[in-house]
Amino acid sequence: MSGKTTGTVAGEQRASLRRRPFFWIIAAVIAAFALAPAIGNNVELRESLLLATVYITLASNLNIMLGYAGYINFGSIVFFGLGGYTCVYLISAHGWPLAAAELAAGVAVSFLALVFGLGILRLRGAFFALATIGINEAVQAFVSNFEPWGGAAGLYLPTTIFKPLGGPMRALWVVYFLLVAVMGASLYLSYAVKSSKFGLGLIAIGQNEDAAVVLGVPAPLYKALAYSLSAFLPALAGGLYFFKSAFIQPSDAFDLNLSTEAMVIVMLGGRSTVTGAAIGAYLYEELRGYLLTSQTFSSFQLVISGALLLLIVLFVPGGLMGWIYGRWPRGKEVLE
Amino acid sequence: MSALLAVEDLGKSFGGLRAVSGLSFTVNEGEIVGLIGPNGAGKSTVFNLINGVFVPDAGRVQFRGGNITGETPYRVARHGIARTHQVVQPLAELTVLENCTVGACFGRENLPLYRARAVAREAAAFVGLEDRLAMPAAQLTIAGKKRLELARALSAQPLMLLLDEELAGLNATEIERMLEVIRSIRARGIAILIIEHLMQAIMGLSDRIVVLNSGQKLAEGAPAEIANNPAVIEAYLGDPALAASLHGGAPA
Repeated sequence: MSGKTTGTVAGEQRASLRRRPFFWIIAAVIAAFALAPAIGNNVELRESLLLATVYITLASNLNIMLGYAGYINFGSIVFFGLGGYTCVYLISAHGWPLAAAELAAGVAVSFLALVFGLGILRLRGAFFALATIGINEAVQAFVSNFEPWGGAAGLYLPTTIFKPLGGPMRALWVVYFLLVAVMGASLYLSYAVKSSKFGLGLIAIGQNEDAAVVLGVPAPLYKALAYSLSAFLPALAGGLYFFKSAFIQPSDAFDLNLSTEAMVIVMLGGRSTVTGAAIGAYLYEELRGYLLTSQTFSSFQLVISGALLLLIVLFVPGGLMGWIYGRWPRGKEVLE
Repeated sequence: MSALLAVEDLGKSFGGLRAVSGLSFTVNEGEIVGLIGPNGAGKSTVFNLINGVFVPDAGRVQFRGGNITGETPYRVARHGIARTHQVVQPLAELTVLENCTVGACFGRENLPLYRARAVAREAAAFVGLEDRLAMPAAQLTIAGKKRLELARALSAQPLMLLLDEELAGLNATEIERMLEVIRSIRARGIAILIIEHLMQAIMGLSDRIVVLNSGQKLAEGAPAEIANNPAVIEAYLGDPALAASLHGGAPA
């Protein structure tokens, strides 16, 4: 009899992600991003939302390491930059179509992340954080001196590159929709990881790695997989972003500021939450847009991000979602 | 009865300090073995050597006839050895249920998430935490956290439990309840190796007792023999009156 009861409980709890409200919330966000600028051909809105898709992608993937596993990755931008370089290089030097170059970029960068991860994930706390900065700086220094990738001058794509996508005007829309898809995939990945046994293991590691290991969590494998997994979609986003610019250079591709901003976003929205990374990224993008265009603040944008990070860590360590859960505990069941 | 766990000639040094040396003992299936000794005798080190937190310098750890010496803690957990910590180690922001689910997911059975939750719920109820399933572990009282350690270890559906001072820091009522829980764990057929300073409790619980002193085995035997052993009285029990009160199986 007890076997039957367990079976029923299991059946309920095994309900696929599609049966939960949060799945549809993500779907609605993707639809809103895709449709809002498309209706009325609003290019200005599209460019603003395009940045938001990049921020959401970076923050959601950073959240897998930072939020779930509790590993502070200051150099997450290296995946974005390497993805961009791989993609632009394969298109410019070898004439690969965008889709093939993107796929190759994602796979190559994930593999590289696995190799890096196996090396530096033995470190913990501040030492891991320093090593991630070191990787980003080392890669930037290498690329700056790597002639096939244009060295410090970078790589350009000819304007004819947009022809297969139906000319520059249409190509920009295609790239935008692809970035929305990458963003959507990031949100679903973040959600799927959080709802899985793998995610539970990562979160246990984030809470207390020694205790997690004693409970049986294979921490070295899980951390390396998480690090590698969290590299794939940022690499795709980097490929699309620099394809759109038709230009990539080391100082843009490996800009540590963007890494720091991704971290501010995760903390602002609430680490370890899918919704937080998304809302945080959107809010931050809006704030940044305002600061950059405002006469008073334009050169202070990063100062303000830094101050924001400090204030969040000191006063609202749970971020926006932590604050919401505190007031509305049932929110955890709806907004993951 | 066959030996479930066999520790053979185990040794571990930290720098110049020989924490454990030449230690051998066994734990049989369904047995409760007490591990006692003065502070610093190396009891917790023995646990850490068995479950792979430390790699021994010498000797072997055999479990169910297989050699598990120096395996990582997560492999040892998978073999069916679960442990609790002297200083509680809750996954603080996770709920009681989630803490236990981690134990069930990554323990001996390596269960998928949806089945692990059912096992976790049962283990939490077994130690009396069923009404606090949704509470973050950080908010539990110290007695609650001790219970959680036990529930999490049980969630792994282990063949053997290593209990490190489960009774320390509890009041008399809490100790009584915890002892009941430990007895019912044994009734399920799970072997237990237990470190405890509370002499009356461990004498009452254990089938056999191993006494450690300065990392070496000083004595081994039934509780009554240990309570009567002059070497043990000198090294550890200290007070002949206490030893006398323990002799003859005083109530726990």
